[in-house]
Amino acid sequence: MKDKSPVIEKLRSRIGKDEFTTVYEIEKGTIRRMNYAVGDANPLWDDEAFAKKHRFGSIIASPPLMIALGWDEFEAQFQKFMPYTAGVHGSTEIELYKPVRPGDTITIKCKLIDVYEKEGKVFGNMAFLVFERVYTNQKNEVVAKCRQTQISFPSREEQNA
Amino acid sequence: MHNQIYYEDVAVGNEITSLTKHPTTRQLVKWAGASTDYAEIHYDKDWAISKRLPSQIVHGQLATSFVCQMITDWIGSDGDLKKIFCAYRGMNLPGETILCKGQVTRKYIENGVKYIECQAWAENPRKEKTVQANATVTLPSKTR
Repeated sequence: MKDKSPVIEKLRSRIGKDEFTTVYEIEKGTIRRMNYAVGDANPLWDDEAFAKKHRFGSIIASPPLMIALGWDEFEAQFQKFMPYTAGVHGSTEIELYKPVRPGDTITIKCKLIDVYEKEGKVFGNMAFLVFERVYTNQKNEVVAKCRQTQISFPSREEQNA
Repeated sequence: MHNQIYYEDVAVGNEITSLTKHPTTRQLVKWAGASTDYAEIHYDKDWAISKRLPSQIVHGQLATSFVCQMITDWIGSDGDLKKIFCAYRGMNLPGETILCKGQVTRKYIENGVKYIECQAWAENPRKEKTVQANATVTLPSKTR
């Protein structure tokens, strides 16, 4: 289906551009706080004595932490792309390549990689924006890639205007 | 955490050991702090209702985290979660249980590494699959 909406065409012109970068220092507390929030005491990320003897040599960031890392900065940036005022989170996809340990510095580079449109009965024109976040550590190794799809659609007020 | 499982012990169709969670509004606040997702719909009831939601709602990524936990518990400390895709299809509310389930859909060996693919999901008490996921994990082998 050809996207005819000028809103979508304008967004498409931003694909691959306006990349934004954020940097995070991983600490034991960062890792533990997420374990506590999820209620996940997996020894790989929560038991230092176990983890020290295991293959990674220390506790590592859990998959939930890798997914959520730097969410407030990411949200502040992706909101600038949203064409409408209402929105929901569509999907999350993450690939995990290397463990992330306390003391690591993770740099996340994020850019818009795809935009498409769907017509919904309830929400009208829905714009799907796919962002890719590439995470590298202080050795410049890619440790993860995460694609987040955010859905933007007109609020009821916008639809009625 | 469960006993370590091995590639040879897993067959397509096997169920992943399910996980039940009971998120409270307090847990949503803990999650907001840990994840830095401070969206008001997850802790401000008046705000959520003003957006035509029934109440505060569970963060989609918290429900995803529960699905991840089910998988990482199942694969044991010698297994690795390599990839997961989660689609957000419905709402979970604090005060309601979230039941995570899954099953093995494929197993294969590539470059000597033993992979398992599975589908997984999170259900609310109305049996709606609010998070639908596909995941790829690696497992250790009993043989070298």
